[in-house]
Amino acid sequence: MTTLMAILIGCLYAAAIYMMLRRSMVKLLIGLILLSNAANLLIFTVAGLERGVPPLIAKGAETVVGGSADPLAQALILTAIVIGFGVLAFAVVLLHRAYEVIRTDDMNEMKGTD
Amino acid sequence: MDMSVLIALPVIIPLIIGALSLVALNNHGVQRILGVLGTAAVLVAAIVLIWQTWLNGIKVLEVGSWPAPFGIVLVSDLLGAIMVLLAAITGFATAVYSLKTVRKRFERFGYYPLLHLLLAGVNGAFLTGDIFNLYVWFEVLLVASFALLIQGGERAQMEGAIKYVTLNLLSSALFLTAIGLLYGLVGSLNMADIAVRLQQVEDPKMVTLVAMLFLIAFSIKAAAFPLFFWLPASYHTPQVAVSAVFAGLLTKVGVYALYRVFTLMFTGEVDFTHQILLWMAVFTMLTGVLGAASQYEVRRILSFHIISQIGYMMLGLALFTPLALIGGVFYIMHHIIVKANLFFVAGMMYRLGGSFELKQLGGLYKKHPGLALLFMIPAFSLAGVPPLSGFFAKFILIKAGVEAQAWWAVAIALFVGLFTLFSMIKIWNEAFWKKAPEPAIEVPAPYRNTALYWTTGLLAAMTVAIGIFAQPIYVLAETAAQQLLEPQRYIEAVLGGAK
Repeated sequence: MTTLMAILIGCLYAAAIYMMLRRSMVKLLIGLILLSNAANLLIFTVAGLERGVPPLIAKGAETVVGGSADPLAQALILTAIVIGFGVLAFAVVLLHRAYEVIRTDDMNEMKGTD
Repeated sequence: MDMSVLIALPVIIPLIIGALSLVALNNHGVQRILGVLGTAAVLVAAIVLIWQTWLNGIKVLEVGSWPAPFGIVLVSDLLGAIMVLLAAITGFATAVYSLKTVRKRFERFGYYPLLHLLLAGVNGAFLTGDIFNLYVWFEVLLVASFALLIQGGERAQMEGAIKYVTLNLLSSALFLTAIGLLYGLVGSLNMADIAVRLQQVEDPKMVTLVAMLFLIAFSIKAAAFPLFFWLPASYHTPQVAVSAVFAGLLTKVGVYALYRVFTLMFTGEVDFTHQILLWMAVFTMLTGVLGAASQYEVRRILSFHIISQIGYMMLGLALFTPLALIGGVFYIMHHIIVKANLFFVAGMMYRLGGSFELKQLGGLYKKHPGLALLFMIPAFSLAGVPPLSGFFAKFILIKAGVEAQAWWAVAIALFVGLFTLFSMIKIWNEAFWKKAPEPAIEVPAPYRNTALYWTTGLLAAMTVAIGIFAQPIYVLAETAAQQLLEPQRYIEAVLGGAK
């Protein structure tokens, strides 16, 4: 399963970079979305893929007995998703506004400040 | 009161002040007063913090009383406290400068709340002892900077902002990836704890791989070669107060993060990692200064010089000797004040001369000799003319380079210093010395500049003071560098329960 996830994450990173290298603003945006999702899945996978073992302490015990899923990684992903959502929402508005001002979605035509 | 609460103040005050000014969004007077008072309060807190850190060593605050390494810690070591103080100085100067330069339209669209949020993010990044928390603070300051960058909505701003946003989001994603891999490797997020556990990792190649991911992520933020292209495309587009606070602080957060991770965590394969840093530093210096030579717009020249100066700071980290780190810390102290000041002066040149283009400017020396003096001090300090602050910063670094026998780096550093002087003289000749071009461009009606002169004058006085009192500043930088070179102290302060 981990191998499968690793391949999937690799594909996501590759697709994201490919999309970001295109000229269209919309594809740039899709690239950014894929990139943040790829990073989230990566954290999810490196923390260990566990099934059906919630990190709950049994009644009477002091610590978790046996293996359990890592809750910290999921907390990280949750934070990263929220941040990513906010930032991407900003990016959508920015690109929309940029399109209204510049009247093109071709990144190659945005060289005025270079 | 427990003094460790003090560490949180530079983060909490801007957040509270930012929230208050959001409430007073339509009341410009209240917003401005809050801006000046709030940043002044942070300045006081920062001075007390650095004083306490100087007297009592590294201070730690366990947020919510969760013990390290499980909870998030805020750590104030000397480097962090110095950075917070510099951020507070820049923030205060920006707030005063904004009184007379920020348009009412921008104030209504949340200029002040965004500025406070930015400063909170910057201070949070300097003080946190948790690597994921560092990512969160990076995002906080990024979001605020995005919004500040596009206030005004002009075409150039949009074009610049798309590049700025895209490359910074790419950098954040790489940073997050690196954190993920590091967590998978050592199972901790507390930086001191990570440093301990990294020594027990069996596969040093994997550690170096993660280190390289951090290097790329932070180098984008610091605008190091070859990842700096977003900076000259965007930094000259917003209003001057925003450019100045960006120029002073934002890239330096990246530099600070590099200093932090490559002195505390990734010191296992110094030969490899710091060799790469050295080459990056050399090329960053060189490309930045050559880029500036080809520009004829004041803010763009200054933007390219940010890049070349970042190279010097990275050089200090790359050489990784005690003297080099002292030089690096000294350089950061000198640079933040000088760079923000140069942008402030550029804004005044625009208001008094009517343009940012060197070809359209002229005759400013005759009309405004005070401004000419205020330009000369930071400009010559940037180029490293004695007895100003930049001379000592460069001198320490170059001496460290000679001692480490990094001849190429030393040669390039000297050459870049010369070219910096060339750029500054170019601005001087064109804007101040030559006669005003005919026909003269229209300058808006005269207005009172007192606040602007006070801001730039104060920063220029600091530049002179760092030059004159170089010895005490050197001792401060030396102590900060010692703490960086002995990460054991940081680790003990965080994990040993010492508060």
